[in-house]
Amino acid sequence: MTTHFYYPNKELQEELICISKALVAPGKGILAADESSAVMGKRFQLIGVENTEENRRLYRQMLFTTDPKIAENISGVIFYHETLHQRTDDGLPFVEALRKKGILTGIKVDKHFSPLFGSEDEFTTQGLDDLANRCAQYKKEGCSFAKWRCILKITKNTPSPQAILENANVMARYAAICQSQRLVPIISPEVLATGDHDLDRCQKVNEILLAGVYKALSDHHVFLEGTLLQPSMVMPGLQSNKNHPPADIGVATVLAIRRSVPPAVMGVLFCGGAQSEEEATVHLNAINNVPLCKPWAMTFAFDRALQTSILRTWGGKKEQISHAQNELIKRCRANGLASIGKYVIGSVESSAATERLIQEAVEF
Amino acid sequence: MTTYFNYPSKELQDELREIAQKIVAPGKGILAADESGPTMGKRLQDIGVENTEDNRRAYRQLLFSTDPKLAENISGVILFHETLYQKADDGTPFAEILKKKGIILGIKVDKGVVPLFGSEDEVTTQGLDDLAARCAQYKKDGCDFAKWRCVLKIGKNTPSYQSILENANVLARYASICQSQRIVPIVEPEVLPDGDHDLDRAQKVTETVLAAVYKALSDHHVYLEGTLLKPNMVTAGQSAKKNTPEEIALATVQALRRTVPAAVTGVTFLSGGQSEEEATVNLSAINNVPLIRPWALTFSYGRALQASVLRAWAGKKENIAAGQNELLKRAKANGEAACGNYTAGSVKGFAGKDTLHVDDHRY
Repeated sequence: MTTHFYYPNKELQEELICISKALVAPGKGILAADESSAVMGKRFQLIGVENTEENRRLYRQMLFTTDPKIAENISGVIFYHETLHQRTDDGLPFVEALRKKGILTGIKVDKHFSPLFGSEDEFTTQGLDDLANRCAQYKKEGCSFAKWRCILKITKNTPSPQAILENANVMARYAAICQSQRLVPIISPEVLATGDHDLDRCQKVNEILLAGVYKALSDHHVFLEGTLLQPSMVMPGLQSNKNHPPADIGVATVLAIRRSVPPAVMGVLFCGGAQSEEEATVHLNAINNVPLCKPWAMTFAFDRALQTSILRTWGGKKEQISHAQNELIKRCRANGLASIGKYVIGSVESSAATERLIQEAVEF
Repeated sequence: MTTYFNYPSKELQDELREIAQKIVAPGKGILAADESGPTMGKRLQDIGVENTEDNRRAYRQLLFSTDPKLAENISGVILFHETLYQKADDGTPFAEILKKKGIILGIKVDKGVVPLFGSEDEVTTQGLDDLAARCAQYKKDGCDFAKWRCVLKIGKNTPSYQSILENANVLARYASICQSQRIVPIVEPEVLPDGDHDLDRAQKVTETVLAAVYKALSDHHVYLEGTLLKPNMVTAGQSAKKNTPEEIALATVQALRRTVPAAVTGVTFLSGGQSEEEATVNLSAINNVPLIRPWALTFSYGRALQASVLRAWAGKKENIAAGQNELLKRAKANGEAACGNYTAGSVKGFAGKDTLHVDDHRY
């Protein structure tokens, strides 16, 4: 813990703050469209669409050419590497299509999960090699922020100190490198929903994990005002057979974050995890209504929880594109309301709002 | 970093949180009157008074028998062990006198600093032995909060990794033990103002120290809602160029925002060698920084609440009322500062501008 270090210079600080602040503007959140090709394959399989580059491009084109109104609730979109270099049918780069709507572009920079030797089937995330060069290139290509996801799982003996320490350090190193290349890092320590743990255990795991992450960020002298956090919501495990009202989920989540996340962090953007669209929205709303001081914007960076209905509606058919885009706008609006605590349960109906897209634990 | 642990029971959580909240109620702060015998000796020497137990008692009696109006701005008093068991002339225990005014009792439980072998003249604080039993007794004797001070210094190579790690862990262990005995711990990692370092370096050191302290508190599963922090303000070293109150305030709030979780109920600054007026002006500036501050930000002053009292009293019985009046004025000034409403210079004191700095102040 050295006390001799440098924060970014004033211009860089201001640039990072400006980007972070824009991403968590009131009523706005992020569309996480950074699924890898393999994950997209799983999604397409559900709707009977072949997993080809062209079909992935068509799907993303549908998302990104939605009416500009979407920018009222979407401040940024996270891309996968492939998507960053794709274009619309008329040759317009996707990055440009979004920029025209005033939407910032982010990029998933982590690579894949790697086993932690000596642990009980735990993982860390790879991708640090040459990350500075990759980030410099992404910045040049129009990206303003990045995302890196680490996953931890709850069982009898996990997460282990090894997994917490290693993943926290990897995320801190990623964050410092991003900032060195003028990208805002989104730090995503996801606690998987799989398991039979109760709400209390999930809360404790999140508290310990986040305390570890923020200590690592301090050790790497990351400029917290130019960062965003993408944590899981605190919930009982999928196999726990325990149900809690939204208010309980809200309190457990806010307590965990209040105990571990410094106020300087610009915002918290929850991942949807294994929740359905409606569950994610209702819980985000509950979080924003917890009557405790929350010094951060609390909003969303959803992937499945923003795309289930649009996938179902599209079904790979050209004639369904406008209907699907309408589903996306509705879902974004619902989450925009939830991020300021004004969503009324069930008020936004979507074709697959209650469907959970369960992903295998370790997919990327 | 185990994820299996227990927080206090709901009853204990409620008790700890309520005590902490009362201490940092709006416009209120702490009178730190926990000076040890030798430290009191230095204070009394400055005003030509002999350091005897009875003179220490007489001085504390002056403080604690001040008009009950004092409780409008003083929510708690930190006592030294000796003081807890002393009585006023009429036989009333000091503890009782304070409780009658609605003031909460705190107790200094650390046992002073000891050298850290292998470091460059750095120290840690001892007193963990039997602390649980001592806390249980103090709780029984009427104390609801405790204080433990660790000291770090800024030099070319300090604070060292060893010093930060050791002091953070000791503070966390103390906090955990306090809570086990229903006492709210005030966590005090003081970065000394000695040196020629600039404001920026002081801020970085403070950030690094606080990050380590809160990680240690997490590792020991301390219930943060039932704790208070007592940090230094971020200031340039005594031998360096001075900064404006606004600069000090911004550096201080930035450092806290980067490290102190929102769950912590309040921050009660130590004055750290500042004059009474400096400490008050800077506290007011801190409360006016236009950034979200999820904690109450108030005072836990020793010297900066007592310099004028001592000067006015000078050990003379006929000056007791004058001394008490100085205390009321200074407490009110700091109560205003805790709400960001103090106007610089509006409260004059016998020693308002005197520097209260003590070189390498360890006790």
